[in-house]
Amino acid sequence: MPGSLHIITLVKWVPDAQLERRIGADRRLERSEGILGELDEYPLEAALQIAENYDDAARVTALTMGPAGASAAVKKALQIGADDGVHLCDEALAGADIYATSTALAAAVNHLRVSGGAQQFVVLTGMASEDGESSAVPAQLAARLGVPALTQARGVVLNGEQLQVERVSGDRVQKVAAPLPAVVSVTDQANEPRYPNFRDMMKAKKKPVSALSLAELGLTAHGVESKVSLVEAEPRPERTAGELIHDDGTAGKQIADFLDKEGLL
Amino acid sequence: MTQVLVFFERVQEQLTPAQAELLTHADALGEVVVVTGSLPAAGRSGTGQSSTGQPSAAALAVQGVAGVLTGAEPVAAPILPPDPALAELIAAAAGELDPDLILGTDTPDSVDALAAAAVRLQAGLITGATGVTASGAATKTVLAGSWHTTAQISGENAGPLIATLRPNTASQPVPAAKEPDVVELEVAASSAVQVLEESELASSGRPALAEASTVVAFGRGVEGDLSLVEELADELNAALGASRVATDAGWIDHSAQVGQTGVTVSPQLYLSVGISGAVQQKAGMQTSGTIVAINKDEDAPVFEIADLGVVGDLNEVLPQLIEEIRARKG
Ligand SMILES: Cc1cc2nc3c(=O)[nH]c(=O)nc-3n(C[C@H](O)[C@H](O)[C@H](O)COP(=O)(O)OP(=O)(O)OC[C@H]3O[C@@H](n4cnc5c(N)ncnc54)[C@H](O)[C@@H]3O)c2cc1C
Ligand SMILES: Nc1ncnc2c1ncn2[C@@H]1O[C@H](COP(=O)(O)O)[C@@H](O)[C@H]1O
Repeated sequence: MPGSLHIITLVKWVPDAQLERRIGADRRLERSEGILGELDEYPLEAALQIAENYDDAARVTALTMGPAGASAAVKKALQIGADDGVHLCDEALAGADIYATSTALAAAVNHLRVSGGAQQFVVLTGMASEDGESSAVPAQLAARLGVPALTQARGVVLNGEQLQVERVSGDRVQKVAAPLPAVVSVTDQANEPRYPNFRDMMKAKKKPVSALSLAELGLTAHGVESKVSLVEAEPRPERTAGELIHDDGTAGKQIADFLDKEGLL
Repeated sequence: MTQVLVFFERVQEQLTPAQAELLTHADALGEVVVVTGSLPAAGRSGTGQSSTGQPSAAALAVQGVAGVLTGAEPVAAPILPPDPALAELIAAAAGELDPDLILGTDTPDSVDALAAAAVRLQAGLITGATGVTASGAATKTVLAGSWHTTAQISGENAGPLIATLRPNTASQPVPAAKEPDVVELEVAASSAVQVLEESELASSGRPALAEASTVVAFGRGVEGDLSLVEELADELNAALGASRVATDAGWIDHSAQVGQTGVTVSPQLYLSVGISGAVQQKAGMQTSGTIVAINKDEDAPVFEIADLGVVGDLNEVLPQLIEEIRARKG
């Protein structure tokens, strides 16, 4: 028996990228509405598959850090199939940069690791958050937890106690492996996320969601101070449509004329 | 004088265009030292001599580079991604130099190593920047290219600013200089992550997508037939890019995908062929200099951001375009 496994999968509550997104006068992203980040559905799917194929007890916990509304992301993760959810919420975390985010998430993971009592654990994350777009939280989280980071996984399997990940490094495709515990960031190439059906949604209502504050993690506001902050933010002048022509049999020539005129040939 | 530490995840016989560009940025900011876990062996390229096993910094013989720091055995036992020892190496190098800035190219492997190093150094990190200043500020476009921001390290002991810089943000030519000295630090490769297999991605022989000044990108509209877009890319010395539908269909490797979950490009010219222009696609290309789009549907969203939009069948438009370009060149 490999021993019980706790899979912690990170889900971020982000403004919907299909709608207009704004940075307010306070230089913070407006977060009145949001969704479970699309890119965090892939690690969740990977977590569920690992749990389903695991020979011993395996539990999937969805962890989010964010304002009050962020519990919606956790609830969605429960509908999709996570067993329980945790919402780290604290005033002091508003506007957290990568450094502060990874500090708080690492403390939350350590807390869950201890309280969860499983023999093994693994943390799965998305390849990038749709609002932060830094792709740096996974590596910082791994560094803080003192475990290897297997990032940008195009595929991930757990083989006994060894995680195997396929990824691209520069101009090479690699298959890399590390023993548990580890942090794995999962790309949208890795799988096809499942959709919850009505039954899953009903079941999710009974699944536990717990709230965590910084104090419960033994952290102070000072301990999660950001290292960088936004000093300026302005909308990029929107690209406007230029000329639109209909091909009348000379469009190829007209494009060439345009490129010539713009000095692009 | 501002001290700049530049991290390269790999140094091969020749710098990549993105690496050369980063040295241009760094040279404009202050005194530059490069740190890397790998160096090619001296006496190999061109001369026909056999390798001496000594590391060569010939590729880094570039104006502004004052020295090179590397691990214990950069040739025989290089430290390569995703080895976490790279972060240790960066931290050790920073310990030697006390830099104001630590910069890298904006690749996933460099982001990982620098992010982990930022934890060790308790330093602020900004990825995907378009520019940095000596005082620790960085500019960046966020929210899929729709906002410009400036971020700044702040607070007491904020330490160096660590940043990765996007390609196509600086002019490239770097004047040659004498080969810098190499100093080996006491950091060795680790076995925390085992590389089970490694193979090279098939090389297209075309410019690298992220760095190319012209990109020809295609989508579902080509229906699996790449002959026209390849011919066009050849005429324009362009990189080939693709939509996710095209990479998912296996018409081209995933590494050619442009967009939110692919490569972000910002070339002088982006030619979009048979791509509808979904938000995730736009996210990766809307900061391009000039956008030309060909699509048979006049309501395709790509036309909202195209400088020149052509409503037409790519199979009719492209042959004429290719012929016209040839005629003008010849
Ligand atoms: C999490 C997530 C991440 C994603 N990331 C990316 C990403 O990084 N990059 C990306 O591109 N997409 C991404 N997508 C997918 C994206 O939403 C679109 O589905 C995709 O970009 C559409 O590809 P397409 O334009 O080739 O296909 P379609 O949307 O099907 O468009 C094909 C176009 O070709 C035109 N056409 C057809 N035949 C011809 C012809 N003969 N001549 C001229 N025009 C023709 C049609 O009019 C149509 O507009 C992502 C989606 C999700 C959910
Ligand atoms: N506030 C957060 N709450 C939960 N997960 C997060 C948070 N921020 C980042 N992550 C995870 O880290 C991944 C990479 O985020 P980023 O480094 O911001 O691009 C995301 O896909 C998430 O899985």
